[in-house]
Amino acid sequence: MSTETSPTSSVEMTSSSAAHSPDNPAPVIQPPRARTGRAPRSTRTNFEMYGWLFMRLSGIVLVVLVLGHLVIQLVLDGGVSRIGFAFVAGRWASPFWQFWDLLMLWLAMLHGANGMRTIINDYSERDNTRFWLKMVLYTATVFTVLLGTLVIFTFDPNIR
Amino acid sequence: MSTATVETPPQDAVPAASHLITVTFRLRRFNPEVSAEAAWVDYPLEIDPKERVLDALHKIKWEIDGTLTFRRSCAHGICGSDAMRINGRNRLACKTLIKDINPEKPITVEPIKGLAVLKDLVVDMEPFFQAYRDVMPFLITTGNEPTRERLQSPEDRERFDDTTKCILCAACTTSCPVFWNDGQYFGPAAIVNAHRFIFDSRDEGGEQRLEILNEKDGVWRCRTTFNCTDACPRGIEVTKAIQEVKRALITRRF
Repeated sequence: MSTETSPTSSVEMTSSSAAHSPDNPAPVIQPPRARTGRAPRSTRTNFEMYGWLFMRLSGIVLVVLVLGHLVIQLVLDGGVSRIGFAFVAGRWASPFWQFWDLLMLWLAMLHGANGMRTIINDYSERDNTRFWLKMVLYTATVFTVLLGTLVIFTFDPNIR
Repeated sequence: MSTATVETPPQDAVPAASHLITVTFRLRRFNPEVSAEAAWVDYPLEIDPKERVLDALHKIKWEIDGTLTFRRSCAHGICGSDAMRINGRNRLACKTLIKDINPEKPITVEPIKGLAVLKDLVVDMEPFFQAYRDVMPFLITTGNEPTRERLQSPEDRERFDDTTKCILCAACTTSCPVFWNDGQYFGPAAIVNAHRFIFDSRDEGGEQRLEILNEKDGVWRCRTTFNCTDACPRGIEVTKAIQEVKRALITRRF
């Protein structure tokens, strides 16, 4: 009667749970990023829908623009060997080709950026990673689009 | 069978055992109280190839290792408890015959992906059911309750017939690569059950459900990989249902 026997010591514990006790709990299972009641409610906008529609519509237009671009640049009339400063200058003398290249630049860049945004949303696991990857993406997109637009509109064929 | 004797006809003794074949079941075992790591364990069984994978799991649990844990209720493809990843594909163990999944090689059985494994083949279904609850899977009406049942033409019933078959087994949602990577996505099953009410002529909550599915984690995250349609044990055209919700969202605006 010298010691009190605790209820647990009298019970034969099975091997699977013998190692764990309130002091030494079983390892916590890593939960997935679960949907909870507190999951962020996004604002009621149609942004995702317009993004989805834009991918389809710009994709159709880009098939024509990019394939046409490739045929003109690489196949027709001597192909890639005739491309030079004079060739580009000659094409951009026409507003039609200016418009073609401008449209292609904007659509391709936004199409690609939206696709990358989708991939980042799908695969980045931490909020911080997601945020910074998107910042890099948006910076690159804005830079490329603005620089390209600037060049198309301010191109000077007589530059020395 | 190995010792052939002269007078005994082989047909009598052989058929009793010959329909049994040896199949190795390779199960993904996990017990958080023993180890933080999951491990593959092989169980060779003598079993009739016309039996189901669920029967093999029963045989292992009842005769070899009682600690094996998995869910099953009706065992006849109705309750949707025993969805698991068998040979890399989401199926119901109670609807998969062993002879149909190449018993010559070890048959792998693991829990469905994208949900936290609790033990062995049991996963935490709560995120799945949370998404289901979020789309409000119940009849929403306005006005006074009618004194008789709400009637519907056969054509109106046919409109959403496919999506009424869902048994909430989670085979589709846990086959979706978008759901694997981000559990915030509603997932195919929730969209299917929203579809069942959105296209029901008696229901008046379609606008609310479309609004929910129009959000960031709604239908626009679908990448049309058709994994869900392939996985559905009820043969629901899940991807088609998702596309119909997308179309409803677009035609609502334009």
